[in-house]
Amino acid sequence: MKMLSKLIKARETGIMIALVLVVVVATARNPTFLFSPDGFRDLLLTPSILLLLAVGQAIVIITRSVDLSVGSVLGLTAYLTGRLFIDLPGIPIIAVFLIGIIFGGLLGLINGALVAFAKVPALVITLGTLYAYRGINVLWTGSDRINGSDLPSAFLSLGTSSLFGIPWLTIIALVVLVAAGWFLRTQRAGRELYAIGSDPEAANLYGLKVTQRVLVAFIFSGALAGLAGVLYAARYGTVSSQAGVNLELQAVGAAVIGGVAIFGGSGTVWGAAIGAFLLLTINRALPILGVQDFWQRAVVGVLIIGAIVLDRVLAVRQSRKLLEMRDES
Amino acid sequence: MSNSPQPSAPTLELSRIAKTFGSVVALTNGTLALHPGSIHALVGENGAGKSTLVKIIAGLYQRDGGDFTLEGSTVDFTSTAQSKSAGIAVIYQEPTLFPDLSVTENIFMGRQPVKSLGRIDRKKMHAEALGLFERLGVRIDPDRPTQGLSIADQQIIEIAKAISLDAKVLVMDEPTAALSGVEVERLFAVARSLRDEGRALLFISHRFEEVFDLCDTVTIMRDGAYISTSPIAETTVDEIVRQMVGRDVASLFPKVDAPLGDEVLVVSGLSEPGEFHDINFSVRAGEIVALAGLVGAGRSEIARAIFGVDPYKSGTVTVNGTRIPKRNPAAAMSLGLALVPEDRRRQGLVLESSVAKNATLAIRAALAKFGFVTSAVENASARTWSRKLEVKTSALDTEVGTLSGGNQQKVVLAKWLATNPSLLIVDEPTRGIDVGTKAEVHRLLSELAVEGLAIIMISSELPEVLGMADRVLVVHEGRITAEIDRADATAESVMFAATHAEVAS
Repeated sequence: MKMLSKLIKARETGIMIALVLVVVVATARNPTFLFSPDGFRDLLLTPSILLLLAVGQAIVIITRSVDLSVGSVLGLTAYLTGRLFIDLPGIPIIAVFLIGIIFGGLLGLINGALVAFAKVPALVITLGTLYAYRGINVLWTGSDRINGSDLPSAFLSLGTSSLFGIPWLTIIALVVLVAAGWFLRTQRAGRELYAIGSDPEAANLYGLKVTQRVLVAFIFSGALAGLAGVLYAARYGTVSSQAGVNLELQAVGAAVIGGVAIFGGSGTVWGAAIGAFLLLTINRALPILGVQDFWQRAVVGVLIIGAIVLDRVLAVRQSRKLLEMRDES
Repeated sequence: MSNSPQPSAPTLELSRIAKTFGSVVALTNGTLALHPGSIHALVGENGAGKSTLVKIIAGLYQRDGGDFTLEGSTVDFTSTAQSKSAGIAVIYQEPTLFPDLSVTENIFMGRQPVKSLGRIDRKKMHAEALGLFERLGVRIDPDRPTQGLSIADQQIIEIAKAISLDAKVLVMDEPTAALSGVEVERLFAVARSLRDEGRALLFISHRFEEVFDLCDTVTIMRDGAYISTSPIAETTVDEIVRQMVGRDVASLFPKVDAPLGDEVLVVSGLSEPGEFHDINFSVRAGEIVALAGLVGAGRSEIARAIFGVDPYKSGTVTVNGTRIPKRNPAAAMSLGLALVPEDRRRQGLVLESSVAKNATLAIRAALAKFGFVTSAVENASARTWSRKLEVKTSALDTEVGTLSGGNQQKVVLAKWLATNPSLLIVDEPTRGIDVGTKAEVHRLLSELAVEGLAIIMISSELPEVLGMADRVLVVHEGRITAEIDRADATAESVMFAATHAEVAS
């Protein structure tokens, strides 16, 4: 049985190795991929926003739900960020961050409340809010867009500048990652999220606060998407009504590739974070390796399906073992 | 502490507890008193209300009436968390653990020891888990996930959980159903040591030898009501069985003797690991064979395997001399098999669809002309069977979901009879059906047998089994443990075989 825990560990080390391999191969082909100031910065910067979404997504998936609305929440918050700077000149940057996080958390609360109280599967609810939030965004933004010139330069430089060679965006994402990882591992509430995802029925019998915890997971995912929205505005400068479209699928993909079981109960935010890095780094590496655009998407698809198949194979092997043990006893 | 009931005040007392679910009455008079330092047995047939009573104790259900006191004061649990913090631990038949988490985490979930910053003290937790297992005299690795543990070990974890809670009351709902002899002994040793510490234990079991081995007091329930409580030393198995069954196995069931024809179904050596083992029997035309036994004994699984819905590892099934392929319900149907499932609402009917559509569902291919089924053809076919079975409905386009349970069952029967089967398998044909319609369903089955249909009837209701069956096969833990002819079948003999593993078959 030590084998199993080793295997789970091997999943995170496994994709870490895959990530290193991609970087090494791409660098061998084109040394500027890693060994140039821009190359190194892009390597860290590109996945940072997705990393935040993947961490939130992982927490929701661990409770046996899913949050498909994060791309729309990001888009809406990114536009809100721009509007705040335009409509309230001189607003402190820290206030914009706080407003973005709280706003995202509120959108997450709506998701969580619908899932927890209406007892409708999260897949359906958040698919609905994905379109609803995007619809509000389109209605609000119209053909308007936020431009870099609308934003304070201190805010914009946050999106691209570095501290000791590490982009600020990456530092923020890593702080969130470490905090989430610490919470899930050491706090009672964190462990209960795993318990709820592992067997919701048993969690009920244990007397765990299932509804409340699921609600909090969604609020957390929404708040992280809100933070990601603010950072999106800082990084790209321009925000249209289509900001963050399809990002939710990448976030789910990153979590699944990182070994977060889609049926809940297992996986870590560390895995999801590496998954996010792998997903976007592959996207950047494949053109360097001369792979056509069409195949790039196929590779991502293979990664996701491979991860899920691996999950199933492990689960089936496990349950077969259980049956045999029952018969022998 | 001794083996006799304590004269002290009861730790937990239930009196005249009532509980209904909609129109279904689950409990009319649930009465039970658990004393410290005593192991109390609760016995009764399936559906006697034992599980409902346990769920009320656990806080899963709330009582509609009656008194529930814990150590002298009235309690109203609205959640499992409340009953747990009041010192009541419940171990369910199927252990409720988190398969992905470690053994230690399962024991302490929700109340882990913490150190600064609310961090879980894993070292302390680990040490406490080891201490618990040492006390229980078992060797389980506290760091492994609970997935893959045997049921016995999972139950030990549940007990470890209960002990770490320092529970005053420990309820065990059929904990031995899936255990082997050695494991049962280990469980009993633990239970006795808990009793000697002055805790009150409630033990629910269908195995009388265990009840007599372990418990000091026994309470009997029947049809949702309290029957009696007596010290175990002053009663006998026969007495308990008589009180459990104790109702009129009367003329409700108009079984007509049917002439027996050739063997229609022959099952030999059917096995599926974990479900059932070495099942051999045959059914003749005109014969009603009952598969009796406790819920979870494996009866439905056997039926589903025969019909090809579920897989089986070895063995053969032949109908009228032709072997039925594995896992192929369509082939089974074309060979003349029909299965009326236990859960008719979910597995037997399309509730939102009309009576006519449902009744012709199994023969749509035959009714179709150039791939289309017209309402006229559908109605004509449905009318024949609805009339024969006396389905009470104003029109054939009534939604099936709006019919009563009995009429729904008739529609399911109509659906299968339209395929002109030679063997009909009915799983719990009268569950949830009122008494009047019950008799009608029984009359129908009896008539079908007279017409030469071979019938396998799975039933948990003893009176139904005794009234209807030409032969009773008793299934116990996945094996046929007894075959009893109609003449020899009594409530006692069937119940005995259903609860004892070692019966010469």
